[in-house]
Amino acid sequence: MATRAAPPRPVRIVLAKVGLDGHDRGVKVVARALRDAGYEVIYTGLRQTPAMVVDAALQEDAQAIGLSLHSGAHMTLIPAVLEELRRRQATDILVFAGGIIPDEDIAELKRMGVAEIFTPGAPLQGIVEWLRERFPEVES
Amino acid sequence: MPERDLAAEFRAGNVRGLARAITLVERRDPAVRRLLAELGQPRPPVVGFTGAPGTGKSTLVDALIRHWRALGRKVAVIAVDPNSPYSGGAILGDRIRMQGHALDPGVYIRSMGARGHLGGLSLATREAVRLLGAFGFDEVVLETVGVGQSELEVAAVADTTVVVMAPGLGDGVQMIKAGILEIADVLVVNKADLAGAQRAAQELRTMLNLAPRTEWKPPIVMTVALSGEGMDELEQALARHRHYLEGSGEGRRRMQARLREEAADLVGQWAREAALRLLEADGELGRLADESPYVAAEQILSRLGTGGERAEARA
Ligand SMILES: Nc1nc2c(ncn2[C@@H]2O[C@H](COP(=O)(O)OP(=O)(O)O)[C@@H](O)[C@H]2O)c(=O)[nH]1
Ligand SMILES: [Mg+2]
Repeated sequence: MATRAAPPRPVRIVLAKVGLDGHDRGVKVVARALRDAGYEVIYTGLRQTPAMVVDAALQEDAQAIGLSLHSGAHMTLIPAVLEELRRRQATDILVFAGGIIPDEDIAELKRMGVAEIFTPGAPLQGIVEWLRERFPEVES
Repeated sequence: MPERDLAAEFRAGNVRGLARAITLVERRDPAVRRLLAELGQPRPPVVGFTGAPGTGKSTLVDALIRHWRALGRKVAVIAVDPNSPYSGGAILGDRIRMQGHALDPGVYIRSMGARGHLGGLSLATREAVRLLGAFGFDEVVLETVGVGQSELEVAAVADTTVVVMAPGLGDGVQMIKAGILEIADVLVVNKADLAGAQRAAQELRTMLNLAPRTEWKPPIVMTVALSGEGMDELEQALARHRHYLEGSGEGRRRMQARLREEAADLVGQWAREAALRLLEADGELGRLADESPYVAAEQILSRLGTGGERAEARA
């Protein structure tokens, strides 16, 4: 048992499906992996708009937003999330994404400010390890 | 993290300031006490929803928000879910059912893991309620999964406790054992569209009739949260209970009991934190504890009592 007087700050991550595609098996698997790695995952469900995702992240005081999208609309939806974060003065919130995204788009999105992009087949452990590096204060 | 002027963010109505302040509550950061002292602490009425997972609490809360918003009231929700006992992580999914209010600035929804609150859940939610009141919310809803202790902690914070049941999820006899009827001000049998709802309500009615007579008899309301059926009755039941609290003096009695309970909880929390620090810092005391926790505890208490540690306990 730790004798720490105050609990460490759990890292809170909003996970959202943006766009119109209606299946959430993949994102739920990610949610469970992050929970098992000690993160507090706020799952907001399907068909989120960029404004809804950012609003949820602000209300929840999340440090990161994870976007899942398979609709092919990533080049409009992800920049729209970044833009909404700018509009609401919350660019300190980290954005990462997962989905079928071609390499050239990945480079472009990272240039725009997305912290990392995970394509299908990326091992879950890779996401967890990447988050650990980004948020070293999380208890493990 | 740089010091932020949270009070200024509150006054400007910046939701990020509110969200950060609630995080500070969760971290038991003493800055919250300064903030509340600065903001004043109007306390909005709190309705607690508790019951087994899947009974439809979040869906009911969603419908209730709609009702209150139609009346122009600003509504905040705190939705508490347990953390994984293994990792401390959590999946907080109550927002999914409350999407109808996304982007409505009169609605604030905050998901909380129960991590690190161990018995301090009521402390954290009580402070969060004050922050929500200071931010300008008129109504606060507290949703908690009714497993183990947490429903008792909800009852300790809420003015009105709604216990939600649904056919096929958690039978009545089991709930009597858990003492849940004692904390219920309003009983909801949700999913009234499903078979078995009438029977569940009937069983509840029988149990209530066997219970000792009290001034307030918890009404049983049948709802279909998905369609909104029964919501009028639920809202009327909530209003009646609020009226009863005000008219009978029970509201004031409960408030007083809550504040005293909170004072005792705070002593427990501060003393525990100070004790852990002392045990860590003082090797002699640590060894004493290894031999007899009782003797060590008495030493710690007397040291806290004589002041030296007391200031630190509040630091
Ligand atoms: N048939 C039926 N299903 C409902 C009703 N209310 C909620 N549900 C469903 O029950 C499930 C759990 O609801 P949720 O609000 O998340 O329950 P909670 O875990 O108690 O918060 C969801 O799939 C809801 O759509 C209802 O009145 N009738
Ligand atoms: Mg729920």
